[in-house]
Amino acid sequence: MQQPAEKISVKDLSMAYGDFVVMQSLNFTVKRGEVKVIMGGSGCGKSTLLKHMIGLERSAVGGIYYDGELFRPEATSGDAFCRRFGVLFQGGALWSSMTVAENVALPLETYTRLPGREIRNIVEFKLSLVGLGGFGSRYPSELSGGMRKRAGLARAIALDPQILFFDEPSAGLDPLSSRRLDDLILELRDALGATVVVVTHELASIFAIADSALFLDAESKTALCDGNPNDLIDDNRVDPKVRRFLMRGELHER
Amino acid sequence: MTNEADKPPLCTVERSDSLHGERVLVLRLSGRWVLAEPRPEPARVLGGVESAATLAAVRFEADELQAWDTGLLIFVQACQDWADAQGLICQLGDLPEGVQNLLALARAVPKEPPATGRRTRGWLSGLGEHSLGALAGVLRFFGFTGELVLDLLAFALRRAQVRRQDFLFILQTTGVMAVPIVALLSFLTGLIIAFIGVIQLQKFAADIYVADLVGLATTRELAAVMAGVIMAGRTGAAFAAQIGSMKVNEEIDALTTFGISPMQFLVLPRVIAMVLMMPLLCVCANLVSMLGGMVVAIAISDVSITQYLNQIDAAVSITDFAVGIFKSSVFGLIIAMAGCYRGLHCGQDATAVGLAATSAVVTSITWIVLADAVFAVMFHILGI
Repeated sequence: MQQPAEKISVKDLSMAYGDFVVMQSLNFTVKRGEVKVIMGGSGCGKSTLLKHMIGLERSAVGGIYYDGELFRPEATSGDAFCRRFGVLFQGGALWSSMTVAENVALPLETYTRLPGREIRNIVEFKLSLVGLGGFGSRYPSELSGGMRKRAGLARAIALDPQILFFDEPSAGLDPLSSRRLDDLILELRDALGATVVVVTHELASIFAIADSALFLDAESKTALCDGNPNDLIDDNRVDPKVRRFLMRGELHER
Repeated sequence: MTNEADKPPLCTVERSDSLHGERVLVLRLSGRWVLAEPRPEPARVLGGVESAATLAAVRFEADELQAWDTGLLIFVQACQDWADAQGLICQLGDLPEGVQNLLALARAVPKEPPATGRRTRGWLSGLGEHSLGALAGVLRFFGFTGELVLDLLAFALRRAQVRRQDFLFILQTTGVMAVPIVALLSFLTGLIIAFIGVIQLQKFAADIYVADLVGLATTRELAAVMAGVIMAGRTGAAFAAQIGSMKVNEEIDALTTFGISPMQFLVLPRVIAMVLMMPLLCVCANLVSMLGGMVVAIAISDVSITQYLNQIDAAVSITDFAVGIFKSSVFGLIIAMAGCYRGLHCGQDATAVGLAATSAVVTSITWIVLADAVFAVMFHILGI
C-alpha cells in the first residue's frame, strides 16, 4: 500500500476556550478504514475534539494531519479538502428551510456538475440506503428524531466521503433505532471503505462498533487510553477510571 | 384514618438524658407534616434552645407522625444543618425509613460552595475587559462587512452564486408580503400629516399647500424612514431569528463542514433582496401616503382631486423622489446587514435567538436614523 496506514493523526493537540483549557497534549491516530470511538463522561470535551477535527474550532496548540497533511481549516474552505468529510451532527442539523431531498442534493449541486436528473437519482439512492426512500419531499420538521438523523447521514454520505464523523449518533434514539444506526455505520464503513470517527458515551454502541476507543478524561484533561474496548475492559494495566466507565461503574464489585 | 383524627404538624422540644448520661435534645414530631399544612419554622423551633453547648446530640421522635412529604424533609434537613453548625450529633434513627434514605441521598454529594469561579476584580480591570470586548465586537463587524463586500464582488463577477429558489423566496417575503403592512402604515401617516397640515394652513386660507407638505415630506423623508422602520421590525428581526436558530441547530456548522460559506449561502441573497425590494416598497409607500393626504385634503378642505394632484406635480421634483428611493436602498442594506450579522453571531440557546432578534431591530433602527441624519446634512451641502 503506497499510502500510510494512518488516515488521521492528531499531534500534541491542545484545545481551549479563551483561558479555559479543555484538553491538552492529545496524541492519537486513526487508521484507514477503522471505526474510532471517542468516549468519556459528559462535558469532557468529546464534541469539542470533533469540532476541532472538522475545522469548526481552531486549536490552541498542535495540529491535525489528514493523510500526513496538516489540516488548516481557514485555508481550505470550499475546496476538495472539505469533500473528504461527511459529518452527522447530534440533531441531524438538516437545513430546515429545504426538503430532505434538497438537503442531500445541495452538496452535490455545489461540488459536481451533474445534471439535475442524475442528482435526483443519486439523492433517491442515498435516501433509500438509509431507509428513507420516498421521504425526499418532506421537510425536516415533518420527520421524527431518528429519521432526521438518518436523513443527515444520507446528506453526509452524499459525496462519498473518505471520513465520516458522527456526533452522539445514539443520543435521543430508542434502542432499536440506535442499533439500526450502528449497523448502518458499520455497513457504510465496509461498503465505502471509509474511516469513521464516532463521539459517543453509549456503551452498547461502543462495544458494537469500535475498532479502537479513545477515552478522554476531564480531570487530567487528556486521553487516558486508546485501544479496543473489549481488550481494555479486561486489561488490569488500564486506568481504573476507563474500566469503571466501560462497566457502568461496577468495577469495585469485582 | 379519619379526617377528625388528622392533627396539624407540631414539633415540641425537650431535653432528656440518654442512657450514656449525655444530654440530648429531643424533637418530637406529630401530626401531618405535609406541604399543604402550615408547618412550624425550623428557626423558630430551634431558636428557643438555650445553651446548646451543654448538649451532645439531637434526636427525632416520630411516634405520632401521621403523614410526611417534602415538608418534613426540609425541616429535618434544616435541623441537621443546625446540629452540624453546633457540633452536635444528629440521630435520625426514629424517623421513617423513607425519610432517612432521602436525607442520606441529599447529603451524599457535598454542597458546592456558592459563587465560585466568579472572580471579584477591580473596576479598572472590568473597564479594560469591557473595552477589549467592545473593540473585538467592532473588529468582528468590520470583518463581516469586508467579507460581505468580497462576496458581493464575487457575485457581480459571477464567481459566487445564490440558490435561485432561496433567493426568490426571500424576494417574496421581503417584497410582496410586506406590501400590505407598509401600505397601511404609510396611508395612515399621509392621513395624519395632511390632517395636521390642513388645520394649520386653513388659518391662512392656504389649504392647497397641504399637497406640498405631504408630497415633500413623504418623498424626501417619511416613506423611506417608515418603510425602513417597518422592515427592520418585520424582516430584520426575522433574518436574525432565522439565522440564529440555524446556528443553534448546528445548521450553520453543517454548511461550514460542507465548505459552503454561510455568508454566500445565507447573507448574500438576503442583502441583495433587501437592497432591491426596499426602493419598490418606498415607491409604494410614497404613492399610498399621498393618497392618504388626498383623502384628508378633499374631505376637510375644499381642495379638489385635480388641484391636489397638480399641486403635488408642481411641488415634488424627480430629485426629491430619487433622494427617497436612494435612501431606502441604503436602509435596506443596513437592515439586512444588522439582521444577518446578529443572527450569525447569536449564542447557542433559545434566549440568545431572542436577544439576536431584539438587537437586530435596535441596531437597524438606530443606524437608519443616524444614516438619515447624515444624508440630510450631505444633501444640504450638495444642494440636492
